[in-house]
Amino acid sequence: MDLAFLWSTFTTLIEGVPLLLELAALSLAIGAVFALLLATMRLSNVAVLDWTAQGYIFVFRGTPLLVQIFLIYYGLGQFRPALQDLGLWWFFREPFYCAVFALTLNTAAYAAEIFRGGLLSVPHGQIEAAKACGMSRAMRFRRITLPIAIRQALPAYGNEIILMVKATSLASVITLMEVTGLAHRLIAQSFRAVEVFVVAGAIYLFINFVVTRAILMIEWRLSPHLRQPPTAEAPMKPEPAHARGA
Amino acid sequence: MRFMKTLGLAIAASAFAIGAATAQEQVTIATEGAYAPWNFSNPDGTLDGFEIELARDLCERMEADCEIIAQDWNGIIPGLTAGRYDAIMAGMSITAEREEVISFAGPYTLSPNGFLVPNGSDLADMPGTGERFNLDTNTEAAMAALEEVKPLLEGKVIGVQGSTTHANFAREHLADVAEIREYGTTEQHDLDLQAGRIDAVLADAPTLRATMEKPEFQGEFSIVGPGYVGGILGRGVGVGLRQEDEELRTRFNEAIAAAAADGTIKELSEKWFGTDLTPAM
Repeated sequence: MDLAFLWSTFTTLIEGVPLLLELAALSLAIGAVFALLLATMRLSNVAVLDWTAQGYIFVFRGTPLLVQIFLIYYGLGQFRPALQDLGLWWFFREPFYCAVFALTLNTAAYAAEIFRGGLLSVPHGQIEAAKACGMSRAMRFRRITLPIAIRQALPAYGNEIILMVKATSLASVITLMEVTGLAHRLIAQSFRAVEVFVVAGAIYLFINFVVTRAILMIEWRLSPHLRQPPTAEAPMKPEPAHARGA
Repeated sequence: MRFMKTLGLAIAASAFAIGAATAQEQVTIATEGAYAPWNFSNPDGTLDGFEIELARDLCERMEADCEIIAQDWNGIIPGLTAGRYDAIMAGMSITAEREEVISFAGPYTLSPNGFLVPNGSDLADMPGTGERFNLDTNTEAAMAALEEVKPLLEGKVIGVQGSTTHANFAREHLADVAEIREYGTTEQHDLDLQAGRIDAVLADAPTLRATMEKPEFQGEFSIVGPGYVGGILGRGVGVGLRQEDEELRTRFNEAIAAAAADGTIKELSEKWFGTDLTPAM
């Protein structure tokens, strides 16, 4: 085991992490907004909106992300005059924007179904109870539906975040030098594929470790009702002294 | 019972395979299949190009039974050292860096690099066009010519195929003035040059000439700038082999020498590149 080489590989590959995080964070953020829109369209009971969203989700979930990136980058590159007329070329000229665009469209399709599942899982009884309390539609959505839906969708959406972190590795096919792109370059120079990919894999693993911990923490915070209530035998927290006297 | 039958068949089959191998040695050659006109895939999936025809000729001379397979450029050397095939003929330059890991037979061709730029762009009248420099023997003049080109490339975007000598050349000599983008295949940087995402492509001249002559590129691009060989670019294109396969290397070397001597390489080179790339022996 050549530790010096592993370390120099690590310091080279780590330079690709900011780009990786930018790609993942931007596409997840924009994608989530778009996904919420798609999920609402799916649940709108308006046939045209529902079918449009269904068609979109079908296409983007049913084709490989690699193909989508290629089509958006090299495919649209062939239509430069048309894109220039539309004033869109500045966007599609840059590999970074194209990568974010492709990743966003892809994650939106998956997340839309996750969000739809979350919204559908909200128990009817709770909504009826909210109605009985006289809550308005907007208040019901904000106070009851959304928190429960988020809680239900979170494990699946956590998966999607992890998948997106890994999907950024495909950006290297359109010249973006994130971790995988740098790994390929390093292999070409050193011909030591195993060591380089092991280090690259470890970097992805570490990022996703942090992601999974963060999701677990949010899950814990969102589900106090599922935890055992503090009992006399095993108190969660000792009561402060002044509260006891009161 | 069935097991015994299968076993018997397997033994018979392997005996047959051994018999065939002793009659004529099997050599598997990997190529990229995406580097026209060196090697490329026809629309029907068959491999074609200069190196495919040369490989068949060399195999005939070596009396070997050759199989040519396509393999991604990224990872073509690890695949060889891992024993997935026996030789590489994929427009691969012989460089000191690569020679630390594998050995080479040849070279069978030697060609300079160059820039492909759109006609009418400010790069189109680059100084040094048509001049040739050897980085090993004529380093000073080569560097002087490069310095003349540099101001013109300031702030430009240059496309190269990743993991190639051209990528190394660009990063070593041009990264201080221009942005270097690395592509998986030459077809990809050609597409981006056409789309106007990059200002120039840096590659070897025969490949650039092939691009220039494609119908969708014809008349709109030219090869400019000084052409370099040697140094970081290596000493020509050769057959990549495992270091321990000394015997195969000798046989490939003999076959290449014979193909160069009787004009086969010249003939194939003129057919595919329009010019003779036979290295001076």
